[in-house]
Amino acid sequence: MSADGSRAVGSGGAGGTGGVGSGGVGGSGGVGAVDAAGGVGGAGGVGAVVGRGRRFRGASVVVAPVLFGIAVLVLWQLVVTVGGLPAFLLPAPTAIAEQIGAQLPVILQTTAVTGGNALVGLVLGFVLGVLLAILAAGVRVVSDLITPVVLAASAIPIVALAPVFTTMFGSTTEIPRRLVVTVVVVVPVFVSTARGLRQVRPVHDELMVALAATRRQYTRFVRLPGAIPYVMTGLRLAAPAAVIAAIVAEYFGGLQNGLGSRISSAAANTAYARAWAFVAASIVLGLLFFLAGLLAERLVTRNRPGGAS
Amino acid sequence: MTGTGTAAVELQGVDKAFGSVRALAGVDLTIDAGEFVSLIGPSGCGKSTLLRVVADLEEPTAGSVAVAGTSARQARLDQRYGIAFQQAGLLDWRTVAENVELPLQVHGVGKAERRRRAAELLELVGLTEFAGSRPAELSGGMQQRVAIARALAPSPRLLLMDEPFGALDEMTRERMQAELLRIAGETGAAVLFVTHSIPEAVVLSDRVVVMSPRPGRITEIIAGRRPPVAADDLVPDSLDPEAVEDVRETGAFFEAVTAVREALRKGAATDGPAG
Amino acid sequence: MGSRGGRRLRAAAWALAGFALLVALWELAKLVLPAGGVTLGGTRVLPRTDDAAMPHVWTVLARLGVPEVAGAAEPRSVAAAIASSALFTLGLALGGLVLGGIAGMLLAVLMQRFAVAEKAVLPYVIASQTVPLIAIAPLVAGWGGKIAIAGWAWQPWASVMVISSYLAFFPISVGMLRGLTSPRRADVEMFRSLAAGWWTTLLRLRLPASVPYLVPAVRLAAAAAVVGAIVAEISTGTRGGIGRLIIEYAQSATGDPSQMYAAILGAAVLGLVAAGAVGLLELGLRRYRGSVA
Repeated sequence: MSADGSRAVGSGGAGGTGGVGSGGVGGSGGVGAVDAAGGVGGAGGVGAVVGRGRRFRGASVVVAPVLFGIAVLVLWQLVVTVGGLPAFLLPAPTAIAEQIGAQLPVILQTTAVTGGNALVGLVLGFVLGVLLAILAAGVRVVSDLITPVVLAASAIPIVALAPVFTTMFGSTTEIPRRLVVTVVVVVPVFVSTARGLRQVRPVHDELMVALAATRRQYTRFVRLPGAIPYVMTGLRLAAPAAVIAAIVAEYFGGLQNGLGSRISSAAANTAYARAWAFVAASIVLGLLFFLAGLLAERLVTRNRPGGAS
Repeated sequence: MTGTGTAAVELQGVDKAFGSVRALAGVDLTIDAGEFVSLIGPSGCGKSTLLRVVADLEEPTAGSVAVAGTSARQARLDQRYGIAFQQAGLLDWRTVAENVELPLQVHGVGKAERRRRAAELLELVGLTEFAGSRPAELSGGMQQRVAIARALAPSPRLLLMDEPFGALDEMTRERMQAELLRIAGETGAAVLFVTHSIPEAVVLSDRVVVMSPRPGRITEIIAGRRPPVAADDLVPDSLDPEAVEDVRETGAFFEAVTAVREALRKGAATDGPAG
Repeated sequence: MGSRGGRRLRAAAWALAGFALLVALWELAKLVLPAGGVTLGGTRVLPRTDDAAMPHVWTVLARLGVPEVAGAAEPRSVAAAIASSALFTLGLALGGLVLGGIAGMLLAVLMQRFAVAEKAVLPYVIASQTVPLIAIAPLVAGWGGKIAIAGWAWQPWASVMVISSYLAFFPISVGMLRGLTSPRRADVEMFRSLAAGWWTTLLRLRLPASVPYLVPAVRLAAAAAVVGAIVAEISTGTRGGIGRLIIEYAQSATGDPSQMYAAILGAAVLGLVAAGAVGLLELGLRRYRGSVA
């Protein structure tokens, strides 16, 4: 594979983002060993579209989406004010902006809580996912036991586990939400890392045999470095998913001090513009995590021709 | 520099079967120290399998294999040979110099010594200025030169090459052939070279081994036209690329090419009932 | 053939062992860890393991056979309640998947046809996948009972389906677009040399070529639709689905969470069923695969 394919692999992350709704909250892959690869492949597919988007360097790349965005905002404002759309359906952009200004301290505080939960869960889940994948790659039995469980986890709605953790750890701590995020993050990180560890090019395999390398040297010189782009792809997939999980977990009860509960309580009090202000904060937080994951990936893999083709 | 007295490779009655497919049947072949031998034949004739048996990447079903006077396995463990594949197979995440150092690193050579040796080898293949580059920044031909430098790192007396120039364009390929001849001359290493190009086999080799499939076997051995290098000529850049060009235009070269082609055709004719 | 079947059987056995290991870990935690959990510096680092927090696995399973409400006139077992709720949710998710899938495919065709549309819209489609759009679920809930379309009053379950379709929409549109643009230049040029129009090229080349990309996208979308439906039920308060059932059981059963845990198991099974259904679809479309490595 050349630059193109590698990009698909490298930015499989965006695919995970595709999974966000799914990869994030519910899962990213499918069930069954074959499906797992397909799932990630599909994710890579999404990534490639991102790549393609990035390659257009003309002015229209910036101008077209910006114009489109402005047009949508203006149309939105017109429909609401002139067309008299009721606020519960969609409040005007200006009303939302007003609420963002008025509620800024609360918004920042709430965003920090959710962001903190997402970050702790992301780090925990990332470490756990990578370690499990390395263990599974080294010990056949571990792989046979863990892989089906992780693949099943990718298909089930993990956020629904929130009440379990709340019951186990109590509803007054941050731990339940962080654990939900952890489980959500483990899935794509494990799948992607395990895939990277499996993808040793045959020529490298032969080379190491010809060099009479030991198993440990093989792992150190070929397998681990080769898997790093995949590990980073897993991280990029997981980062925005962590935010979504942290928000959605709150809908299932537990401590009510994050973005999710603010949105639902504002909506319940018919303060729709305020609810949308918190939605906007969620979007910014999600983008922040996504871009951080993207940056981390680019930094680590910048010297590679195309990820791990 | 040549010759410790033992042959570089000695094969006797080597058989190799994959299930019911006889990839190699009764192969006898001796490669002398410093000798350049090419294996040529249609696909499926077992030429790559033969090289892999010598490299201890495959185990023969029957027969004996001696490399540098010892078993193939021991020769691999002792790094008595260097190997280059059709794909350069460089590790993307290492610099060019670090790739050349890999075999030494695997065998516990110290950092300073590795550096020194890598610099020396990169000079030999003419890539000194790319020592710090990543493989992806190099052209296909340059990558293959790095792979050759890597194969030479443990100073082997035997170089195994499995269609190393197969993926290169014709111009690059001819340059690489001259380069390889110079390197082989300078290091005095024996070379076992798998190819499917008749002119390539003829211009490089002391002997061209013609093989045919089903079962894979040696049908004929023809003298090649490797340009002679005088003993006192063994200094860097001794082998002028033009000397190789000259060989390509001699009548003897064309005769050898014709001989190999006919041997190949004969091999194909005896292959199967249709022939 | 035999060895392949054997390998499958072996993989299935290992998978079962994997799940058995999970159960064993759960029971081991109950056995070994202190019942009240471990608290370090005011934070509970190990969970409570008493029956009120971690009931035995068999207690949860036994709960399935018990009537949902003790002494009710028409007793319904917990298992029956969970099964019917899960089916209800599955129906909503399926509806969401179909709606979102159709919309996603149409948008993809539009983006393929008009480069301007792709340039303008695609960044938002990509970005929308990275941001928590599910957060708007409580807002869509507000539509219930307040609007009517052509005389049809908006039902709460319709909100659930809209959210579900919204989540399913994005993976499909992006996967489909990638598939539509996947044919090699040579293939496209061959169609052009045959004077085939855009429509013929779409029908005969681009659509078949997009199947291998669409299948994984549908797998992602199906999982997204299920999650979307469950979350939407909770935040809209729609009754009848598995998400709402989890919350109801959670609220009604302090001191004995086994009924709620049974419902959560039901949600997990629902996810697996949806994934299995996509797997079957994949089998049916197998002949279009293979062009993509």
